[in-house]
Amino acid sequence: MGRSSSTVKETQALFQSLRSAYAATPNNLKIIDLYVGFAVLTAVIQVVYMAVVGSFPFNSFLSGVLSCIGTAVLAVCLRIQVNKDNKNKLQDVAPERAFADFILCNLVLHLVIMNFLG
Amino acid sequence: MASPESAVNGPTMTAGAASKSLRNAFGGVIAFIILVLIGVLAFSIRLFSVIKYESVIHEFDPYFNYRVTQFLSKNGIYDFWNWFDDRTWYPLGRVIGGTVYPGLTLTAGTIWKVVNSLNIPLSVETVCVFTAPIFSAFASWAAYLLTKEVKGPGAGLTAAALLAMVPSYISRSVAGSYDNEAVAIFALVFTFYLYIKTLNTGSLFYATLNALAYFYMVCSWGGYTFIINLIPMHVLLCIVTGRYSSRLYIAYAPLVVLGTLLASLVPVVGFNAVLTSEHFASFLFLILVDRQCHLSSSYYLLVQVFIIIHVVALAYYIKGILSPKMFKVAVTLVVSVGLAVCCAVIAILIAVVASSPTKGWSGRSLTLLDPTYASKYIPIIASVSEHQPPTWPSYFMDINVLAFLVPAGIIACFMPLTDSSSFVILYIVTSVYFSGVMVRLMLVLAPAACILSGIALSEAFNVLTRSIKFQLPGIAGNPSIAEENGSSTVVAPNDIPKTEEAAKEKPAKKNRKKEKENVEKKPTPSKTEKRLLVLPLEASVIAVLLLVLLGAFYVVHCVWAAAEAYSAPSIVLTSHSNDGGLHVFDDFREAYSWLSHNTDVDDKVASWWDYGYQTTAMANRTVLVDNNTWNNTHIATVGTAMSSPEKQAWEIFHSLDVKYVLVVFGGVVGYPSDDINKFLWMVRIGGGVFPHIKEPDYLVSFSNLRMLTSQTYLFACLYPKRDGQYRIDAQATPTMLNCLMYKLSYFRFVETDGKGFDRVRRTEIGKKHFKLTHFEEVFTTHHWMVRIYKLKPQRNRIRGKTKKSKSSRSVSSKRDVRGKRNPWH
Repeated sequence: MGRSSSTVKETQALFQSLRSAYAATPNNLKIIDLYVGFAVLTAVIQVVYMAVVGSFPFNSFLSGVLSCIGTAVLAVCLRIQVNKDNKNKLQDVAPERAFADFILCNLVLHLVIMNFLG
Repeated sequence: MASPESAVNGPTMTAGAASKSLRNAFGGVIAFIILVLIGVLAFSIRLFSVIKYESVIHEFDPYFNYRVTQFLSKNGIYDFWNWFDDRTWYPLGRVIGGTVYPGLTLTAGTIWKVVNSLNIPLSVETVCVFTAPIFSAFASWAAYLLTKEVKGPGAGLTAAALLAMVPSYISRSVAGSYDNEAVAIFALVFTFYLYIKTLNTGSLFYATLNALAYFYMVCSWGGYTFIINLIPMHVLLCIVTGRYSSRLYIAYAPLVVLGTLLASLVPVVGFNAVLTSEHFASFLFLILVDRQCHLSSSYYLLVQVFIIIHVVALAYYIKGILSPKMFKVAVTLVVSVGLAVCCAVIAILIAVVASSPTKGWSGRSLTLLDPTYASKYIPIIASVSEHQPPTWPSYFMDINVLAFLVPAGIIACFMPLTDSSSFVILYIVTSVYFSGVMVRLMLVLAPAACILSGIALSEAFNVLTRSIKFQLPGIAGNPSIAEENGSSTVVAPNDIPKTEEAAKEKPAKKNRKKEKENVEKKPTPSKTEKRLLVLPLEASVIAVLLLVLLGAFYVVHCVWAAAEAYSAPSIVLTSHSNDGGLHVFDDFREAYSWLSHNTDVDDKVASWWDYGYQTTAMANRTVLVDNNTWNNTHIATVGTAMSSPEKQAWEIFHSLDVKYVLVVFGGVVGYPSDDINKFLWMVRIGGGVFPHIKEPDYLVSFSNLRMLTSQTYLFACLYPKRDGQYRIDAQATPTMLNCLMYKLSYFRFVETDGKGFDRVRRTEIGKKHFKLTHFEEVFTTHHWMVRIYKLKPQRNRIRGKTKKSKSSRSVSSKRDVRGKRNPWH
């Protein structure tokens, strides 16, 4: 019993520290995280819709879901490259260069999506 | 090469740094020249067939690619994309746009268009013939880039030089071998290079390029599944061995998304990139998907590693922002919750996967896991000689010296082990396994073997030349050599008296950390420096000479293999007569040109599927079956016709509107790959679909003796172990002697030498004098290698008995001697 209360307290402390640590991240990273969350949410909505309605035409479904997940992944990559804590692990990429790469990759992704959408 | 230290210590170091940068620039120019020479070498070593024979397209499959490229160049890309070919697989036709890998034809078509727009009048055939050598030069350069990322430019140049010459790659990319592998190997190595580059730099730009290169690979070859399975395995390996970093995420996650999309864009792959079955009902979740849509297994791996890498990334991120105590709490919480969910998920997965009969894999990929699968279930896959396992000598023939340089390379990759070197190790291990299953996949082994051998040779040369340089008088005490850390060392007896640096190394032998003796050195970071030991001078010199000799043997073997073994176009055969003269057998092209000149455009030609591509490309006539072998029943129909007696065969062919039948016969000249030698496969494939064709009917066995004459019975008694032999002489079974293939091959054969001695089977034939009732011979080539027959038209009136109705005939012939119903009656 004591153990369960201590674990409850520990989990509360855990979430508290998570929240405080996350609040300390700079604003531009939080914007990127918001974008990632939005993209994933859109993907989930699409999957639920497909489960309700059926998967025909399959290429449209695939391109829709993969475009959401794709931009989410690319945004996470951008976040990794822009994050100042990662400077010593990654090669020194200027944030402008990282953003330009992000734009280019998104361009290619959306070109393919539009071709595949059908 | 060691990067030059920044010049902070005075004028001596500035001069040293300047000379070093000059040396680097000089090295760069030399490397460029060497690369150009390697490209020229790769191109020229593949030109033997053009020099010995002529600039002609080889084999069978390249003719199909050539025909498709001709169509593309004539009609443009939209017609090519929507092309439905009605001149093959009559009466079914074939959707070319959706069933061909477009990479090769689009590449050659683009080259042709660009070159012609520059007013260089190259024909499509020339472009097709020389595409493979050009792309092999590109592949060598890509191997240089890849190995440079793994180990350095020296290893890169060695690997490029080895790949330019390796016989396994030459065999599939010689000038005239216009096949998918010609561009696919370049795409494979280039994709791997871009993956490693992304892994090393963590730049999203290279990740995009990687996805595009993967797209080119998917367009070119069915072997793209190798890439899409190897990369997740490597990511998993990195995660499991604790080498996760954010660069790994950047290298893998965009590739998954973009790669899946790009792979689905190619029509021939389509949704097979994601699913395996044709019908896709709605699906809810990944696991439940398999119940309805059978997610393909390679995609399973991809997606699961995708999920895993996200979990790992999240874990590392949380670890980064939390304190260690809190992180421990989080871990226990997650583990306890996750364990329960995992067990449930695994249980469901096992149940689902075990319920599908083949566990979701297609026939060809199942062969890779269980090499005996094909021979048991799918005779067509088993009959192709490229799908057999290789023999041990073929390893030495195909990769020669590299076979024992590869283990040295694997060891060199471990010192030090980086992400890229672990990838190369994984690549070689998987490709060695797959090459052991199918001869054709030795081609995937070749680049891996070259890369690892390049690494091994380069490291060996590094050590040996460093030993020599260190011990040559007058160049002693080089601080630049002593500075090099991180490079491999050699443990050797240290008994030669050297400078005082070496003397100080002896007491430091006990402990691993080395003191800085050289005052000019900058304080290096705290990681342990490897100690530099050298080999004796004489041993190093001899070793260098021996390695150069090894390379010389390799070059000699490669040139020999390219010139003698792999340059045969197989559409033209040569032999040397007794006085040394060259005799050319051009029978195939003779037959095809006869067909194209003496038959109508819409006439259908029936032959075994080997010759389908060549017939459509060179003779321009409609065929029944060709090398694509996508319809087993149609092939079995042709096989049944070839195995049946004349009347039944005529009826089968007449029902398919066939006008001409083509057989290849090598008995006069001794050409071993003729139709009589392939005949048992026709029987097996036909018998697989039509049960009234039974293979034992065509083989001589003890149980068949009651059908033989008394003379042969006596003969057989002397040799009781004659079970299941394939014979065409007097002891052959009556079914064999009456079948269409026998008759068409040996019609009038006895007129050649009076005795009917078959040079391939080395016996006299069984039935020598016979007439054809339903076929007439229209053409036989100069050396009797190709024989063309025409179907005789139906007789207008029937003498004697009146023609019964179809139903009564079928009733009367229901009781077949063999007991099974013949569907053609």
